[in-house]
Amino acid sequence: MRLEWRINGEGRSADIRPADLLLDVLRESFGLTGAKPGCRNGDCGACTVMANGLPMKSCLMLAVEAAGQDIVTIEGLANAPAQRAFIEMFAFQCGYCTPGFILNVHALSLAHPQADEATVRSWLQSNICRCTSYEEIREAVYSVLGSARGTIDATNG
Amino acid sequence: METIGQSVPKKESPDKVSGAAMYTADRIEARMLHARYVISPYAHARIAGVDAAEASRMPGVRAIVTGQDSDVLTGEELRDRPVIARDRVRYQGEIVAVVVADTEAQAKGAADAVRVRYEPLPVVHSPAAALRPDAPILHERLGEYVRGAGVIPIPGTNVASVIRIAKGDMEQGWAESEIVVDNRVTFGPSDHAAMETRSAICEIRPDGHIVIESSTQVPFAVKKYIASYFGIDSGFIIVKTPFVGGAYGGKTAIHLEPIAYLASRAVGGRKVKLVNTREEDMVTSPGRIGLDAVVRLGSTRDGRIQAAQILYHFDGGAYNDKSSDVARAAAADCSGPYAIRNLHCECLTVYTNHTFPAAFRGYGHSELTMAMERAIDKLADTLGMDPWDVRMINSIKPGDIAPTRDRLTRSNLGDIQTCLRRLKELSDWESSFSRVDDYKVRATGISCFWKNSSIDSDAGSGAILLFNPDGSVNLETGVVEIGTGTKTVLAQMVAERFGMSVDRVHVKFAVNTLDTPEHWKTVASRGTFMAGRAALKAADDAIRQLKDIAAAVLKVVPEDLAIGGEKVFLRDDPSLSIPVKDICYGYKYPNGHAIGGQIIGRGVYIQRRIEPLNPLTGEGTPGPEWGVGAQAVEIELDLRDCSYRLLRSISVIDAGRVLNLKGALGQVMGASAMGLSYASREAFYYNADGQVLDPTLRDYTLMRYGENPAYTVEFIENPCLEAPFGARALGEHGLIGMPAALASAVSRAAGVRLNVLPLFPETVWRARNGGEGTS
Repeated sequence: MRLEWRINGEGRSADIRPADLLLDVLRESFGLTGAKPGCRNGDCGACTVMANGLPMKSCLMLAVEAAGQDIVTIEGLANAPAQRAFIEMFAFQCGYCTPGFILNVHALSLAHPQADEATVRSWLQSNICRCTSYEEIREAVYSVLGSARGTIDATNG
Repeated sequence: METIGQSVPKKESPDKVSGAAMYTADRIEARMLHARYVISPYAHARIAGVDAAEASRMPGVRAIVTGQDSDVLTGEELRDRPVIARDRVRYQGEIVAVVVADTEAQAKGAADAVRVRYEPLPVVHSPAAALRPDAPILHERLGEYVRGAGVIPIPGTNVASVIRIAKGDMEQGWAESEIVVDNRVTFGPSDHAAMETRSAICEIRPDGHIVIESSTQVPFAVKKYIASYFGIDSGFIIVKTPFVGGAYGGKTAIHLEPIAYLASRAVGGRKVKLVNTREEDMVTSPGRIGLDAVVRLGSTRDGRIQAAQILYHFDGGAYNDKSSDVARAAAADCSGPYAIRNLHCECLTVYTNHTFPAAFRGYGHSELTMAMERAIDKLADTLGMDPWDVRMINSIKPGDIAPTRDRLTRSNLGDIQTCLRRLKELSDWESSFSRVDDYKVRATGISCFWKNSSIDSDAGSGAILLFNPDGSVNLETGVVEIGTGTKTVLAQMVAERFGMSVDRVHVKFAVNTLDTPEHWKTVASRGTFMAGRAALKAADDAIRQLKDIAAAVLKVVPEDLAIGGEKVFLRDDPSLSIPVKDICYGYKYPNGHAIGGQIIGRGVYIQRRIEPLNPLTGEGTPGPEWGVGAQAVEIELDLRDCSYRLLRSISVIDAGRVLNLKGALGQVMGASAMGLSYASREAFYYNADGQVLDPTLRDYTLMRYGENPAYTVEFIENPCLEAPFGARALGEHGLIGMPAALASAVSRAAGVRLNVLPLFPETVWRARNGGEGTS
């Protein structure tokens, strides 16, 4: 079946099977391999993308469901505060979980720019990082929660 | 310019935060075929028949490969493992057949249609069960297997290898001991759980070259072993490795590559892609080794250890892979960083019906440390002494003799005494036990560790430096970038040597064995050491060439020249200089004549005076230096349900020299997190049939955001003279003491002696109520 999606602000279409996961269509049909398969079971968060502004594990979403939604993958971010913060705070090592974490943090900073500790924890617990101690990621998150506000203010201004 | 020590962000950072960093499974090509496994649901069974007739007729199926297609046995230490199981399976998850099809979905559908008839056999669940006289023998042909030096199997038993350490005089040691304690620790296998599952892609080109792309730490070993297993000239094998998404030792095993080769061979050499599912990555591919250990310590009443008798039974799983070598490494350093004159260790690697183990961060050292440190805590309790004092009194010093009989020096041994003293201050050791309220208790546990590497005595590394016309330089080494930032550190070393900005050193990340100089294996925390020595030598080689050209142009002798700031200049008159960019592609005189040519710096390094251990006595030299450290973990335990929070993790480590501060902190903190995660919550659970009950990341719980303690990491710098800039190994060390320190902390808080891992609250609760878990 042929479907259309809005991905990173661009209209895209592809022939897919009804059973295809959004994760696989992003990777196989569009070459957006920043979404990583880690478990295909919704446990690790490495495949996280943004769907209509919220983080979504693309292994838990059929490509069919995503049609018509506004999908943002890591390739759709350029110089976002979360990307800069992850570099500055050494918040990754192997980099495999990083796109998922960054999109999660980016979505968090948009949805809850003043997120408290409990909110941050509940959002970030959906992703697994096996390399860092999470301290580095925590530092990156809080630096983004500050700078993201600045970005939004600047946009509004 | 001082680049060494600076927190230079990883050079691949922009790629990794933008999705541009490519990993093996990110290769997507329309012409590629896809493979899926048929795996055994049984931990031990005879294969009575494989019926692939129906599966082979399914749409898109191009080939079905079974054990009958190859009788090659694989294994680095002991060749005991068929590429695909032939007539018997020895662990749940073992590959019985591989289906190659046009799409992954078609391959999976056909794999499910392959009918395998199994005749179940009795399952061996543990080293203890494997050593019983009536235990089923898992490898009847053990005596016939091709094996490496140092692997001593006992045919007719389940013992894959035995190694002994015998130092001093045990009778005298016991005679001088006034107190003797015995302590036993037990823990089963667990998983590396790298976020990138293992994958391999293979094609056989029309010209005969076998091209393998793989998520491996050991591309050069893949080349060597594929050549040896299948009788192919190694020049015809090309192994490529892009970024690797976490490895931790788990991607040292050569597992998927031979399978991908057989799959490609079955379809006329077409390119076949193989990607583990998470479940396969956990049960089919290797994990961390398990251990059952008994340590007996003899001591004087004032806490001086006179004798140590150590017995290791490592759970070697169904096939040997690196398990006997992990065991060898644990035996070599069995005393921990303590000077024990009379020492005996018997170390068995035992076959069981568990998934075979690979290297795991620490390479046997977190295991040996758990065994030794728990025994030292028991000794301290028995003596009524402070456990810190017992460690300090016995700590090893330059001039002492290692279990391997190496004489220790200030260079080859880190400074454990300074680490211990600083740990005492940072951990508020004097108030390391306190009651918070009626139910909650806070306690701190400590652990010391040491670690040498144990890699082949002729292991080496090479580096190439290629200059660009703008005067910048490209660095190529065979180190795989698995996330440790090693290639950035190597760029820092080169920048330091040239006196140039690290931004002007470009790094090639992908490894291609066709044109990348060999780095033996990206293991053992020896990337900065071996590739660093090679890179510095390559820099010196390039500098010599640059000076030769500059000397001709400036009409001076090369010895009077120096390099820095991308210029070659006269040492005593820097105003006489020439930019590197004007000579790094040779120099062209005004009349058009040219001299020199592109500067290509080359450097190689091979390990110095390493000697394999004598398996009967342990004599030898395992590696260049023993890194050391002291660690503490503070927890808060709720005595009602025995749940606990990780409050603080403290590490003081002798880094020799810190090369990249934030990078080094990240290595130690990340390794500590991994150690705490496996010690507190990670284990495979097996049912009575030997099947893993938790083969997903939902059941097998890893530490998540916010569950971590606060980390304090400090480095001391007591240089290793053989290492680049004095830097000691660091990648694994933060993990090593964590399980022991956690067990110590929880034991103190709970008031019971805990000797099993992982320390689930339920485990602690059972121990407090007189069940298993205590000694």
